[in-house]
Amino acid sequence: MIKLVLTDEIWKLAMNESNRKQRFQTTVMPHINSAFNLARWLTRGNQEAEDIVQEAYLRAYKFFDSFHGEDGRVWLLGIVRNTFYTWHHQNKLQTQFVEFDEELHGSEANENLRDDEYNPENILIQKDNQRIIQNALNQLPIEFREVMVMRELEELSYKQIAEITQVPMGTVMSRLGRGRKQLATLLHSGINNGGGHNEP
Amino acid sequence: MGGGIMNHEEALNQIAAYIDNELSISEADTLAKHIADCKVCQLEYETQINTISLVKKNANYFEATPMFLSQLDQSIHESVGKSTPKNVIQKRWNINFGISWANIGTMMISLIALVWSTSLFLAIPNTEERLTDELISSHVRSLQVDHLSDVISTDKHTVKPWFNGKVDFSPSVIDFAESGFPLEGGRLDYVNGKTVAVLIYRHNKHAINLYVWPENNKDHQIKEESRHGFNAFQWVYQGMQYWMISDLEEGKLESFANRVQDEIIKSRPQG
Ligand SMILES: [Zn+2]
Repeated sequence: MIKLVLTDEIWKLAMNESNRKQRFQTTVMPHINSAFNLARWLTRGNQEAEDIVQEAYLRAYKFFDSFHGEDGRVWLLGIVRNTFYTWHHQNKLQTQFVEFDEELHGSEANENLRDDEYNPENILIQKDNQRIIQNALNQLPIEFREVMVMRELEELSYKQIAEITQVPMGTVMSRLGRGRKQLATLLHSGINNGGGHNEP
Repeated sequence: MGGGIMNHEEALNQIAAYIDNELSISEADTLAKHIADCKVCQLEYETQINTISLVKKNANYFEATPMFLSQLDQSIHESVGKSTPKNVIQKRWNINFGISWANIGTMMISLIALVWSTSLFLAIPNTEERLTDELISSHVRSLQVDHLSDVISTDKHTVKPWFNGKVDFSPSVIDFAESGFPLEGGRLDYVNGKTVAVLIYRHNKHAINLYVWPENNKDHQIKEESRHGFNAFQWVYQGMQYWMISDLEEGKLESFANRVQDEIIKSRPQG
């Protein structure tokens, strides 16, 4: 008899867990691509982005009780971003080394790409444009890159971006302005120097 | 960011917000007037507009792969057994009954695994599905508490009379041992507000519960009602409702359901 009562109790808890999961699925799960896109632009690598998103989702599920039905995408992206920065700081030494390495590769790539300079059609085809924009964005400082991804690709408002990045809206505005200007400069010099850096 | 005459630095800083429609009408108005008279700000405005359109047109929007999605679902699933409810139960039951945590932990995890075993996009249950849920919950309980059978017998002549006087109907009790589905016993259960008869079959390690109760519905053919990672098939024949539930693989359970239905029809011919 006790056994039966006990399992009813567990069943109830399991059902609560089920409701929680359903709420999670309707409010957080649909934003998986936004989470992945942001993580991918922050980390610049597929595997790293998957690791970040996975950890972010585990955190999100764990702290789901602190979500009170506001904007699910903003809530999730805030967690993705925090997860990224924790990871980024932990790997700082390693990252610096990798970035140094990237630059090495970048200049090599530049040498190889010199030919493109004399073949302007190449720059105009879609695939090349994608690569050029991606390389230029990847060279932007993270604080500019993240606001541009959130604004230009996610089309979030300044208020939403401010909430995710935990900075005032005025800062979002000036970072966007500076980021766009730096990107324009990078693109300009990239095209003049023969297509910019290669993806690592 | 006040109105009136604005200085150039202030204007330059606001151009992004102007483009993004994030300024108030009066702020936008003031800025527009400044841009009209300032070559540097005009250039800045055009540069930003061009950059935005280049990025929107060419920057990749990276999407999660289906493989990653299922991996993600799996890892959330695995993390669930470790989350809060465990502590609640541990506290309550260890104090009151001193029941071994290991057993409860196992039960809890398998129950939650059950709840989680559906895919990422689970539908909210409707009224029809509620009965399925109740039956699956009954099925799971029967597995969890060693309460599979009240009468354990592989002999249908022992199982059938056992129901006499306990329910006001007489379920068909047929053994399918020769096809690899031996009858294991029977029990009573309480489902959908009434007492029902349950026949337990087994195929290899999979327990199969067959719920039987009188129902005024019209006869209908076997319908699939699988949910929560359990397979379920139900049909109505001669005023009796049959529900078959198991974690046995769908195709096998369906052919067994057909087999059972055929034999019941043979044992209770029409007219
Ligand atoms: Zn100006």
